[in-house]
Amino acid sequence: MQKKDIGLAVLVLVVGAVVALINPRFLSPINLANTANLIGLFGLFSLAEAFVIVTAGIELSVGSVIALLGVIFVDLIVTHDVPWPFAVLVVLALGGVFGLIHGWLITRLNLQPFIVTLCGLLIYRGVARFYTKDGTAGFSFGDDFPVLEWLVSGRTGGVPHSILAFTVVAVIAWFVLHRTVFGRHLYAVGKNAEAARYSGINTKRVIMAAYVICAVLTGLSAIFFAMYTRSIHPASHGNFYELYAIAAAVLGGFSLRGGEGSIFGVVLGVILLQMLQNLVNLLGIPSSLNFAVMGSVILIGVIADTQIARHRDARRQANALARATAPTPQPQQSSNPA
Amino acid sequence: MYPDISRISLHLSGVTKVYPGVVALQDVDLEISGGEIVGLIGENGAGKSTLMKVLGGAVAPDGGAIFIDGKKVEGLTPAAAADLGIAFVHQELNPFTNLDVAANVLLGREMTHGPFRLLDRKAMSARVAPILSMLGTRFGPDDPVASLSLADQQLLEIARALSMNARLVILDEPTSSLTLSETARLLEVMKDLRGRGAAILFISHRLSEVEEVADRVVCLRDGQNAGEVAGEAIHKDTMVRMMIGRDLQHFYEKTRHYAGRPVLELRGVRTPAYPAVPVDLTLHAGEILGLAGLIGAGRTELALTIFGIDRALGGTVIVNGEELQPGSVPEAILKGISLVPENRKEQGLLLDFAISQNIALPCLERLSSHGIVDRKREGELAERSRQNLTIKAASLNGAAAELSGGNQQKVVLAKWLATEPKIIIFDEPTRGIDVGAKAEVYHLMQGLADAGVAILMISSDMEEVIGVSDRVAVMRQGQIAGTLTQQDLTEENILRLAVG
Repeated sequence: MQKKDIGLAVLVLVVGAVVALINPRFLSPINLANTANLIGLFGLFSLAEAFVIVTAGIELSVGSVIALLGVIFVDLIVTHDVPWPFAVLVVLALGGVFGLIHGWLITRLNLQPFIVTLCGLLIYRGVARFYTKDGTAGFSFGDDFPVLEWLVSGRTGGVPHSILAFTVVAVIAWFVLHRTVFGRHLYAVGKNAEAARYSGINTKRVIMAAYVICAVLTGLSAIFFAMYTRSIHPASHGNFYELYAIAAAVLGGFSLRGGEGSIFGVVLGVILLQMLQNLVNLLGIPSSLNFAVMGSVILIGVIADTQIARHRDARRQANALARATAPTPQPQQSSNPA
Repeated sequence: MYPDISRISLHLSGVTKVYPGVVALQDVDLEISGGEIVGLIGENGAGKSTLMKVLGGAVAPDGGAIFIDGKKVEGLTPAAAADLGIAFVHQELNPFTNLDVAANVLLGREMTHGPFRLLDRKAMSARVAPILSMLGTRFGPDDPVASLSLADQQLLEIARALSMNARLVILDEPTSSLTLSETARLLEVMKDLRGRGAAILFISHRLSEVEEVADRVVCLRDGQNAGEVAGEAIHKDTMVRMMIGRDLQHFYEKTRHYAGRPVLELRGVRTPAYPAVPVDLTLHAGEILGLAGLIGAGRTELALTIFGIDRALGGTVIVNGEELQPGSVPEAILKGISLVPENRKEQGLLLDFAISQNIALPCLERLSSHGIVDRKREGELAERSRQNLTIKAASLNGAAAELSGGNQQKVVLAKWLATEPKIIIFDEPTRGIDVGAKAEVYHLMQGLADAGVAILMISSDMEEVIGVSDRVAVMRQGQIAGTLTQQDLTEENILRLAVG
């Protein structure tokens, strides 16, 4: 765990304590379960985004993919009577195909990730609306898929399954990013793609894999959201989710320049963002100010982070100056960046 | 005619600068006045760059004083330094290639006319022309900068300095990328400016050039003054002694290598840089083959093609009798090829990564089981490398960025040695590293060749090529112009082949 993460964890606890003091309902089981459910839902695609951001890329089509794949998922089950396990596979596979296309355009045609995924954002949203003839795709009364519903939106001992899924995916993602060769390669490519290439890393394949992982996880997220809302209006379903994911990653210490950040950080970022939403509701702040509160907290967080870093450098410098007068200056121990 | 330059008198007294973890300057004195060229020498990390930044107002010293024309200067800023007549010509030039010469020289001080401050190009040309003619440039104020050679871009920077009424011009390694004749011309310009009253601070690793032009030489070592010589006493050996603080013996220790069987054969290989020129070259086990030539002769491009960064347009590369799949770095590494690239900071290292992670990067698969990195083995590899190559680092978990140039190069070497290569391509292995680290790199190369590793060394440093190589291949415009063996390995022979 990095210092940055500890700072963020402290912030999460402080915000939680303050909200709980002002409104004790924050700690009520029903509120906690609901918040946990939302953390799980929003956490899945935020983890997805992290894989792309660490390679110095960006994925802007997350929200549109959630809309399109959600619509397809519901349509397959409801209209075409496809067995739901098969529909899940189709949706995940489609996500993989989207990821492959993005990765291919970025690595083989050398297009900028921002542009490729911006076009994805527009295209998938449009296709989703066309697919439903701008109507709503949803389950009707009487549609019953008990196993699927239990798996995706059920609870065990009061704990929503979405946050369990989020936890499992986060643990796997942590392992992949921080412990495996592939994870190391992701960081290397994000930090300096040229040096990574000179070290024998197949940078194109690594970047491609990041987009595929991102899109498949987004597909999984689309299923959870479809079952959560149960009816999808493709013009608004998942709007701005990509920005939410980027915000969570940045809050969690990821740099848009790539090569930085930890899974622990994104998880904390997601938790903090959901707590802020919850805070707006519980403290009676007009919900129209929702985004404004989120934006302000992220801005303050980022400013605090840079200021603390500057302060730390200055202190280190002062210590070094003090040592300079001593007879034998000792080199400063430095911390591990990745 | 351009007027004479008013003479500056600058005195730094007891300057100290401390960075986190390192004392960059400690109690440093430096004096320079108009009409003299002062050489500033020292190994990398000796404090030259920091001293320059203090002079330019970019870095505020933690102690000591700066006197200019007898007056103490407090709180020097870059703008104030420029006003006092201090100008830099940096090692890496960044001219605006989309603008013409006059626009570059007067950037930020454009001349205008009318209420809308329209650019007055005529006045700008007229202002720049006399400066250019004084410097004897071959380009005029209206020429596009994109067409200028590196050497002309240096002169452009000097013209820019003079246009700001510079009285002290600081040149940081200005000759490191110039050809011999371009260097000679630049040295002439420096002498000419001295004659007009300018003070010139010349920072260079090329001691023979310092010997040629400097009136006085100031040496820094470990952030402190390490001696000063003037006039006739300026001699290469003296300077080397000051820089490293001891006599340097056996700088190029050459052991004779008996070339074994061929391990790398190029047959008609054509690189993207020279698509029409097929190259044939053979490298034997246990030899050091120098690859000499002028800048732009296609040496680096050849190396990149062998290593798979670039894809060969034709021909075959044969390693130990097997044909190498073109355009694949992982394949090249697998076949036992390593490349120590020219640009250490961009290509050789991930500067923000830990030293241990840098070393492990190319052989990470071997240090892992089921795709999971064994961090214990990674640490052990780093520790072994530190001992074998005497890497001086506070911690192997520290970022590679914190190391000096020489130690960074050792980390690059360590990372490749960990892949147990049969063939190592060195591209300018000692560029920008200090004398002591150079000697260590040469020693290491000799040891590797003794152990049967085949080494291809690209170098623009003539002494190095002759001092280290068993054989030298000279490239000219993409082709191998000739190969020289030990008995006819002289500077003239190499040059004759290189220029054709």
